[in-house]
Parts: sequence; structure tokens; C-alpha cells
Amino acid sequence: MLKALASQFRTLWTILQHSFTKAETVQYPEQQPYLAPRYRGRIVLTKDPDGEERCVACNLCAVACPVDCIALQQGVKEDGRWYPEFFRINFSRCILCGMCEEACPTYAIQLTPDFEMCEYDRKNMVYEKEHLQIEGTGKYHDYNFYRVSGLAITGKDKGQAQNEAEPVDVKSLLP
Amino acid sequence: MATIHIDGRAYEAEAGENLLQTCLNLGLDLPYFCWHPAMGSIGACRQCAVVQFQNAEDQRGRIVMGCMTPVTEGAIFSLAGDKAQQFRQNIVESLMLNHPHDCPVCAEGGECHLQDMTVMVGHRDRHYRGRKNTHRNQYLGPLINHEMNRCITCYRCTRYYNDYAGGTDLAALASRDHVYFGRHQEGVLQSEFAGNLVEVCPTGVFTDKVLVHDYTRKWDLQSAPSVCVGCAVGCNTMPGERYGKLKRVHNRFNAEVNGYFLCDRGRFGAGFVNSKKNLLYPGLRQPEGTYDALDHHQALLHMQQACTTGKVAGIGSPRASVEANFLLRSLVGAENFSPGFSAHEQPLVMEVLQLQQHTAAVIPDIATIESADAVLILGEDVTNTAPRIALALRQSVRNKALAMAADMGLQPWQDAAIRNLAQDQRNPLYIASVADTPLDDVAEVAISLAPNEIARLGNAVARNIAGEVNELPDEPLRPQVEAIVTMLMSAQRPLIISGTGCGTGTVTAAAAQLANALCAEGKRAMLCLVVPEANSLGQAMLCDADAPDLDQLQHRATSGEFETLMVLENDLYRRGPRFQIDALLAAFNQVLVLDGMDNPTTSLATLALPAANFAESEGTIVSLEGRAQRYYPLFKPPAERRPSWVWLLACLKELTHKDVEALHHFDDITRACANAIPALSGITAAAPDHHFRNLGQKIPRQTHRNSGRTAIGANVSVHEPKQAVDEESPLAYSMEGLNRAPPGALLPFVWAPGWNSNQSLHRFQGEVGGPLKGGTAGVRMLLSGTPSPGVSNYPEKGEPPFLDMPQGLWLLVPRQQIFGSEELSALSPGLCELVEDAYIEICAADAKSLGVSAGDGIVVGDSLATLEVRINDDVAQSCAGFSVGLKGAENLEALHAVSLRPADNWRRRAPTPGSEEVIGSDRALNSEARTRGRARQRPARPQGTVPEGPHV
Repeated sequence: MLKALASQFRTLWTILQHSFTKAETVQYPEQQPYLAPRYRGRIVLTKDPDGEERCVACNLCAVACPVDCIALQQGVKEDGRWYPEFFRINFSRCILCGMCEEACPTYAIQLTPDFEMCEYDRKNMVYEKEHLQIEGTGKYHDYNFYRVSGLAITGKDKGQAQNEAEPVDVKSLLP
Repeated sequence: MATIHIDGRAYEAEAGENLLQTCLNLGLDLPYFCWHPAMGSIGACRQCAVVQFQNAEDQRGRIVMGCMTPVTEGAIFSLAGDKAQQFRQNIVESLMLNHPHDCPVCAEGGECHLQDMTVMVGHRDRHYRGRKNTHRNQYLGPLINHEMNRCITCYRCTRYYNDYAGGTDLAALASRDHVYFGRHQEGVLQSEFAGNLVEVCPTGVFTDKVLVHDYTRKWDLQSAPSVCVGCAVGCNTMPGERYGKLKRVHNRFNAEVNGYFLCDRGRFGAGFVNSKKNLLYPGLRQPEGTYDALDHHQALLHMQQACTTGKVAGIGSPRASVEANFLLRSLVGAENFSPGFSAHEQPLVMEVLQLQQHTAAVIPDIATIESADAVLILGEDVTNTAPRIALALRQSVRNKALAMAADMGLQPWQDAAIRNLAQDQRNPLYIASVADTPLDDVAEVAISLAPNEIARLGNAVARNIAGEVNELPDEPLRPQVEAIVTMLMSAQRPLIISGTGCGTGTVTAAAAQLANALCAEGKRAMLCLVVPEANSLGQAMLCDADAPDLDQLQHRATSGEFETLMVLENDLYRRGPRFQIDALLAAFNQVLVLDGMDNPTTSLATLALPAANFAESEGTIVSLEGRAQRYYPLFKPPAERRPSWVWLLACLKELTHKDVEALHHFDDITRACANAIPALSGITAAAPDHHFRNLGQKIPRQTHRNSGRTAIGANVSVHEPKQAVDEESPLAYSMEGLNRAPPGALLPFVWAPGWNSNQSLHRFQGEVGGPLKGGTAGVRMLLSGTPSPGVSNYPEKGEPPFLDMPQGLWLLVPRQQIFGSEELSALSPGLCELVEDAYIEICAADAKSLGVSAGDGIVVGDSLATLEVRINDDVAQSCAGFSVGLKGAENLEALHAVSLRPADNWRRRAPTPGSEEVIGSDRALNSEARTRGRARQRPARPQGTVPEGPHV
């Protein structure tokens, strides 16, 4: 009985205390809240440190998307890179879950701390590649997929990727 | 049967089978790389390791390779034991040492056997700190992409390419961890079956080059069961679509037809579906020659008007479905319906059907062809007319090796041992053809003869076997005849192959006569007659023997009988010389053409109607073995494209035709056709009708991981449309439904949990390598003929004479090309780069007498064509081979006697730097390898012994 009473008073006291703490709510939009870089907001496509498109159109984001709101088509550039001919995200379906970012093997697709995406017309929520692509590297500054991967592109031959030996000379008779 | 114990459980298994196959049969997951159900075991990759215990007391056991271990009674194995699992994990880790970290940009990713196996063994972390080996890639032609870094040296590619498909230009080079699979020099892979490397390679070393440049992952492809329309074999395919484009074609297993493999024409020849020349809207020709686009209501109105003003003649097509042809035939009446063959070809195909219907011999499917123990090919270059049969013949000559192995007690899956045992010993294959063929390298004897001489050879053999008195004791072909008789009489399952390919019915008749004679001798003889196009045989079944040919239609039209001509999916300019077709079309006031693509015939149409192609519509076609098979649309046709049967049914309904009152669905047409045409009564059984449900559900065309549904069309409208509904088949245009053990005819794709690659097929087979659980696709309508006893079915035409061409004339003999001789595949990207320019082939002596050398121009006839000369000493004497169907040879007709003269103002084709040299040297290399030790025979003709007779 006493124990229960004590609990009641402790609860009242705790709540009373809150009357004197600083409010978490801010006067949005006049006042902008702090959002961590890892916040899951609007999706962008980033570029690698050399300024080339990071997306290699591998389709993993699209298949990871639980609401199927990503569609893209792969193409091959003259230098041998894979790239998306188009890349479309239907933000009116997107639930900002970040699965695409987790699936991305090249850090191309990233979620940003921007959630202000209101439109009167749903069709304006459909973002194409030119709306998604940013100039910078986003949250990951150093990664460049083609420096790691064995696929040769112009400027990076076989054997020049990370941890690769010079191409084998098939005609050599040396053991 | 034997009882074996795996991880403490007892299983019943086939004794003598290898353990790997047994495990897969039992539904156990055992990883593997080098083993392939069609190629057997060599134990190279060490991946399928299991622990075998000597007896129940043995606690340690020893590691054995599953694929090399025969199942014996009471054997005890462990798959899950730590030792075996650790071993398999180590193997994958060592295979992955040099793997290049490029799965996101690999066209195999998502359907990669290496990915599956890596996940299956649980390997995750790479412990090796050294550098990765790298390799330079090679250019292997426009069809196949090479990325050697991904190789795990399982040797499947060379085993398939060299041992199975008979190629000579792909090899394992270098040694140890430098092993390289490629050509001695960059260049186009020469085998006609090279495309199977894409499916045989367990990882991404060999990938589909056309797909790589417009890539879609397997999980995003919308697939449907389809049938290849490249030739008359009727291989089953699984084409895949995304964004309204056909992306790739994969093999759809059919135990009786194509098994695991397709030819390159079938695999890479479907790209025409995406052609820019596709018709999208009906076009009405204006007086000034331009076309006005119409919608389908107006088009139908015009169609109806055309059918009511005056009499209509119809030309069907051996490349259109049975149903569409049947509807056109109903529309115009049987007596006004021409099957759409060329006037020359029509009697040949009709006769082939007759011969097959009235032969005592077995009409073999491909699996049965592989069981033959002696083969005689009369006149047909099967590698170029029905390529998949050539691959089967390469297996049939190995039956000797299998027989030797059986004598030694070797299991048939002991691939390396059997090849070692037999070396070059093969079953006899005897080829008589107008010139060299790519099968010559496995032939015991290859001989070049003019078409009628081939028939003469066949007849002489038939007579000899039937024990008839040899009317020609001084027969010049006597040694050949005797050799063939000995070969066939010492065989149990002799196979005779012939066809329309060399352009004369005497050859097919001789082949049938020979097969019958063998049957009369108690042999289980087989008769395989090749016809030119996907539905040639179905068209012959649909039409009466006296159906009008193109010439007859023209005569009747000229006499004013017809007002309108309706052409169904047929470019008539491929059916005869230009002037003849011009005259034919000019004889009609109106020409309506239903076709999928712009071609010379649609360009002359008064009304052109866009017809959906095989990837957009359903249809039944009849293959050369009389197998009716159904293909299904991958995707809904865009714009106003409609399947031909829809256009024709709508028109018939508008005309209130009494025959079509009860026809609403595609299946109704199939049924009506089966009822109306006795020869086609079996076609309803080709596939289940649209009411069929797989355990209560439709069969999905999309995998359960299909992505992008809410974004694909969002650029057009953000409101997602309802998924398209397929009312004509049990397949759904969505991921909803059940793709588990569906009927063989309704298998849209293969996937099983843990098995994302095409190796998941074994989960759909009753037994690994055996027929599908849902049954084999298609229905045979000609298993064996019904010979009328005592009556000779073959009118005695007299022995065809030896060719005796007057001076200055040559007999044009057809030379088919796997790439180019077929109309639509030649338009496919990638493959079109391999289509050569038209040419004339003559022997060196003839070239010398004409004063030309290889690469010069030559005028054929009275300027019928001016073509490049090739020197080929294997062309029969007095014959000139011409490339069928290639651009420039349109006006040439088979078996016409023509004059040849050197062309003035001929510009020799400049060789493309580099490539020409490489390809040329490979040719030499190939032909050398192929004719090693056995030169082709060119028997001399008796001069002046035979009076000049008709050659044509």
C-alpha cells in the first residue's frame, strides 16, 4: 500500500519537474531543427572523388526498395563504365527507409537530412536523375568503386585496381 | 536401386549414379561447379566434397568428390559433417582469391552460380593478403563478352565448347594460376553454338554482349515460355523483357527437343523484336504514296471494306502461327489461300509432310537423334538450316564411346575417362551434300555431289538394302553405295537426315525410301526431314496438297478473279525473284499486309496493319518433328500493334462470318482449327488452355523480386495503372501466382530458394537432367507414319541422271548460312554484324576457266546478281553455290542453270584491318582441323554416258 502511494507521488514529481525543463519543440519553419548527417531524408545520387557518377546501375537499390519506387536502366559509357541511362525515384511512394542506401555497393545513393518535400501535385514528387544527382561525394568522401573493382575502364587498366597484380602474360613459359 | 545413408538418414537412390546428382535428386543442397548434367563429371573443381565412411564403425571417414563417387548399396556419406563443410568453404575461398570485386558491374550478378555457391557454403571473409591475378580480355565477336578476371577455372567452357560442341578455337592456355580460357588470338568465336557459354559458365566470364550493353538483372526480367522462330527445330526459349524491350533469350529446358542448349541464331536472333522498323500504327496508302496512320477502328473498317468489294485471295506464312493462318484461310476460303511458300518450295514442303506421314520409320526428336548409331545425311547442311540437330549429331557419334565405356563397366557420366578411352573413335556419320558442311570434321566420309546425284546415291542404297537387282551394275557411285549399305546394315538405330535445303524433292524422297527399306529389314530406322521455317510443317498440315501456290494466285488474279490480296506476316520478296513478285502484287487492286515490321512487301501495301511478333503474341507452331508448341507473349504489344489473330478475328466478326460466331478467345481458335483440320487435331494439347491454374493460381511472368513497379511509369503518370491482365493464357503479367512445377509448356523462368542461377533448373526436373516435373512441352503429331503395306508410296520417277551441264552453264545450288539465311534473325543487333555479303562459291578449276580469283566479282545469269566469288574446292563439279537469303542474292533460285562471267567495274571489298586477317587464319585453322586426315570426296562423273535431262 505504502509502496503504491510512493510510486504515485514519484510519478507526480517527475511530471512536475518537466514543467521547468527546456522544450524540445522549435518554432519550425522559422527555427530549423538540428538533423544528424545520417538522418534519412531526401535521396540523392553522389559523385566519386574524381567527379564521375558513382552509380553503376547495378539495380540493387531498386530490388531492395520495399515499395518498388526506384526504376533505372543501365547503359555502358564509352570508357567502359556502367551508368544509369535514367534513374527515377517516385518520392510519393518512398518511405525513406534507407534500404537503398544500405544496398548500394558504391555509396552512390545516399539519404540526406532534408525532409522538406511537399508538393500540391503528386507528379512533382517523381524525381529523375537530373533532380537526384549532386556534384559532391555526400557522406562518404573517399570511396571510388572503380579503383577497387577489377573492371577495366579508360584510365584504369587491368591490374591497376586495389590489390591487383599486373595482368598475366599467358604466353610466358616461366614457372 | 540402392539404399544409402546421408547424415544418418536412409535414402533410396539409383545405384551407379554419381552422388552429386543423387543428392540434387533428393533435394539436398550440395555445391558444385564443373559438373553439368549434359556433360558429366570430371572432378575438376573439388567443390562437391563429401565425407564417405567405410562402415558404421568408421568415425573419421574420408573426403571424396560427390560427382566422382558412384552410389553403391549401403554407402554412408555425410554432407553436413564439419570436415566436408570446412573443405568446401576452403575451396570457395581459394576460388575467390582472384575474383575481381565487380559483381555490381557484372552481367551475371543475381543469377551467378558462383554467388549462390559462395552463399551456400557460408564463405564470407577473405584471409589471403596477396595480390589478385588479373587477365586481359579478348574480343570474341559481337555476341559474347569476355571478362577473364572472373574465372574460377572449372573448365566447363572448354569442355562444352570443344568436347560437346566440336569447336576448335577456344582453349585453356598457360598453366597453374595463370590458366586462361580464350582464343589463340582475338576474333569471333567460330562455333555456331558458342552462345551456350553464357549459360554454361558458372560465373561472368562469358556473358551476352548485347545484354551487357542494355542490361537488366534476371529478377527484373518479365519472362514467358516461348519457342524459337529461327528455324524449324522449335527449341524452347525463355526470352526476358523489361521496359517494353526484349533483353535476352535463355534456354528453356525441354528433354525431348533442345535439352540444355540453343544455337546462336536462336539465342541472339530474337533482337529484331526491338527493331526501329516495327510498325506501330495501321497505315493507309495515299495516292501520292505516303501513309496515313489510322487507329484500329478505322483500320478495321478499311479491312472490312476491302473484304466485301470483290473476291479476296490470301497468302499465309510459314513463320506465322497456325491460328493466324487458319483464320486467314477461313476468311478467304481454302481454295483462295496460298500457304506462302515460294512456288519452288511449296511442293517440297508438302512432299516432306507426305513422306513423314507415310513412312514406317520413326520421326525422331532431338533426344532420339542423339541415340542414333549410324547417320546418313543426304543433301542437308543441318548446321546452317536446323543447327540444333547438328549439335545432337555431334553427340550421336559419341555413342560408340558410350558403348565402349559400358563394355568396360564405366558409368556414362565418367566424362574424362570415356573420352580418353574412345579418343577419335566415333559412330559412322556419312555426309553427301553439295559442298562442305561444318559437320565434316566428325564425318567418316563426306562427299560432294549435285542434288540429283545425292538422290541417286540414296536410291541406289535403298535398292541395295531392299535386295533389289542392281539395275546399274556399272554405277559410278558403287564404292560409296557399298560403304553406306555396310554402315547402315551394321547399325541398330540408323538415322537418315535430309530436307528441303538442297532444293529438290528427289533427295527427300530418296531419304524416305531408304528409311523405309531399312525398316523393312527390321532396323529401328529414323527419318528426319528438315523444313525451312518455324511453322513450315504446320502450314503444310493446314493446307491441302493442291493449295494454290504464288504463281497460280498470280495467274488467277491476272485473269481478273481477285480484287484484293491479303498477306499475312510474309515478305513476298523473299519468295521469288523481284520481277515475279512485282507482277504478283500488281495483279491485285488492293494489297493488305499484316506484318510486324517494315519490309518491301509492307511498303507496297494499300493498307498495312501492324501485327505483333512472337514476343508480343501467342501462337502455336509445328516443328519439323511434327511437334506442336505454343509460345506466349512476354509483354503487351505497344500502340496499335495487335496479334494477327486479333486483327483477323475482328475482321471476321465484322463480316459476321458464321464460322467465328463462337470464337472469343485464342483457345477457341486453336480448338476450331483442330476440329476443322484433321492433320492438326492434336494442337489443342500443345499447352493447357487459359482456364488452367497451377494449384489454383496463375503462373507469374515476373519473379517475386521484380522491382520498380511504382516508378516505371511514374514519368508518364504517377497514378499506377492496374497490372495488365492476360485473358488468353494461364500466365500473369505480374509477380503474383505460383511458378512451382508448372506444366512444361508454361515454365516462364527458373528460380529456387538458394539457387538464383539457371542451375536451379534441377528443382524443376523430376530427375536431374530428366524431363520437367510438369511434363515435356509440346505434343507430337507425327511419331511415326502409317505406311500402307505392300503399296509403294513413292512413284517411280526414274533414276535421277548425273549432272551434265553444257559448257558455260552452272547449276545454282543453295548454300545456307546460320546467320543471314533466315529473314528476321539477320536483323538482330549483334548477330547482324556476322551476316556476310552474298557470294558465289565455285571450285578452283571453274574459277580458273572463268579467269576470276577469290574476291573478284561475278555476274550470274543475265545480270540476275553480281556477287563476290569464293573459291571452294569442295563444291560439287559444275555447281555454283550461292548464299541463300543474303542481300544481293534475292533473284537467284536454287537448281537453275545459269551462266557466269566476270564482272566489270567490280570493287573488291577492302579487308577491315586486323579482323579479316584473324578470321581468315581461323578459317584456315578450322577447315584444316575439320578435314584432318579425311579429304572430302568429289567423285568424277561419267562423261557422256547419260543423256542430258532436266536438271531443274
